[in-house]
Amino acid sequence: MKSFKNHLSLIMAIVTVLFSLQIFTITERAIDAYENNLKANYSIVVVSEKKISQKTFQQMHPLIKKSELIAADHVLKNIKLQMKQTNIKLLKTALPKFYRIRLSKFPSPDQIDTITDAIKQHAGVTRVESFENSHNTTYKLLLLFKQVVLVLAVFIFIVTSLLMLKEMRIWQFQHTERMSIMALFGAPVWLRSAVLFRLAVVDALLATLITSIAFVGIVNYGWIESELEVIGIHITIFDLFGDGFSMLVLALGLSIFLATMIVLGHKEEV
Amino acid sequence: MDKVIYANNLSLAYNDRETIINDTSFSIESGSFVFITGASGSGKSTLLKSFYGAISPKRGDLIVGGVELSNIAPKKLNLLRRHIGIVFQNYRLVNEWTIEKNVILPLIISGYSKEVSTSQVEKLLRHVKLSHQTGKYPQELSGGEQQRVAMARALSHNPILILADEPTGNLDDYSSQVIWNLLQGANLQLKTTVVVVTHNIPKTLNLEYKHFHLENGVLNEVL
Repeated sequence: MKSFKNHLSLIMAIVTVLFSLQIFTITERAIDAYENNLKANYSIVVVSEKKISQKTFQQMHPLIKKSELIAADHVLKNIKLQMKQTNIKLLKTALPKFYRIRLSKFPSPDQIDTITDAIKQHAGVTRVESFENSHNTTYKLLLLFKQVVLVLAVFIFIVTSLLMLKEMRIWQFQHTERMSIMALFGAPVWLRSAVLFRLAVVDALLATLITSIAFVGIVNYGWIESELEVIGIHITIFDLFGDGFSMLVLALGLSIFLATMIVLGHKEEV
Repeated sequence: MDKVIYANNLSLAYNDRETIINDTSFSIESGSFVFITGASGSGKSTLLKSFYGAISPKRGDLIVGGVELSNIAPKKLNLLRRHIGIVFQNYRLVNEWTIEKNVILPLIISGYSKEVSTSQVEKLLRHVKLSHQTGKYPQELSGGEQQRVAMARALSHNPILILADEPTGNLDDYSSQVIWNLLQGANLQLKTTVVVVTHNIPKTLNLEYKHFHLENGVLNEVL
């Protein structure tokens, strides 16, 4: 019973680490998806007297992914009802070119400045509209969200590290006598530590299994997914093979590290 | 006769602390039964620990089973220990293992096959009259029974040397007699060298033995 309790406390410590890892992964995915949404909806409008090719725009800044020429009809749509057809034709030829610039990633305010400056330097460009104010507010909000998640992840990591250290001390106490007895009868280090490593592996497997089952349950319940879909974010909450494998690697790494520390810290009783 | 333990000008100390065994020389012959006595704190247990390499000589030579123990490599020490059986006053059994698993331990370490090990354990547990208790854990047994398990463990791998530190110190008269009989049997029937650290030499032994007394850090034979 005592041994089961000790197992359970280590399993719970690993489960906490795995849970925080997966929650961090989900948050990262949600932020990335949100960034992609922002990126897809964000564009810079350029007004130029001359025609500029997509290749020329791409050469201006590495973040520029593509340019679209905004049709003059679209610009004239609101005023053409009040004008004669001949005047419209004249206006059309006199109108500058309007371009919508799409970027490869959601830019920071500094990046917007450098892109705007680079475009402005091109001959013929008369105006660049980056919608800076609304962009800055969104970007700062996103940055704040990312930092909050990071602080939370660091906090969870510190707490679980302390939990693991406590567990390590219990294990050290628990296994020292057996390892000393085995040493008295000439057992090599690997044999003395074999039980410890076996327990570490079993606990890591159990912790991964428990966490995976919990996340499969969460996915099936569908609450988180539907909440995210409301704000236009479509992400994988838990990929049994990909995320499950990452969890297993982390759990095994942690528990084997723990067992190794015990073995290295073990001093033969005199 | 071959010497299983040979000490020449041996000095022992824990780290840099005061010397416990001081410049002593002695030898223990193979197949003999030896008692080491001395007052409490005289260094009897320390001397016994040096025989299985738990404490290294500070000065002088100590050879056990033909192996020099000064600055011995861990691998070599492990190999030596596979030929030694150790019995402690507080039994030192692994509490989370059954008595069968405790007894089989030295055999597994020495690389015996599962079949040989199992049959040897059955034989020994019958010998110490515990064959009906194989599945039990040490804490379910009395002190006397636990020491019999420790004896079976010490004998299981047919050691050349048994080292016993106050093996009857915690036992009643009946259990003590059982342990002395087992040690005596190992010496007479298997020709195993037995070295026992004790306060009192039992009067009921039916064998020849040597008696060393430790005083002021020096071991002398009592003739």
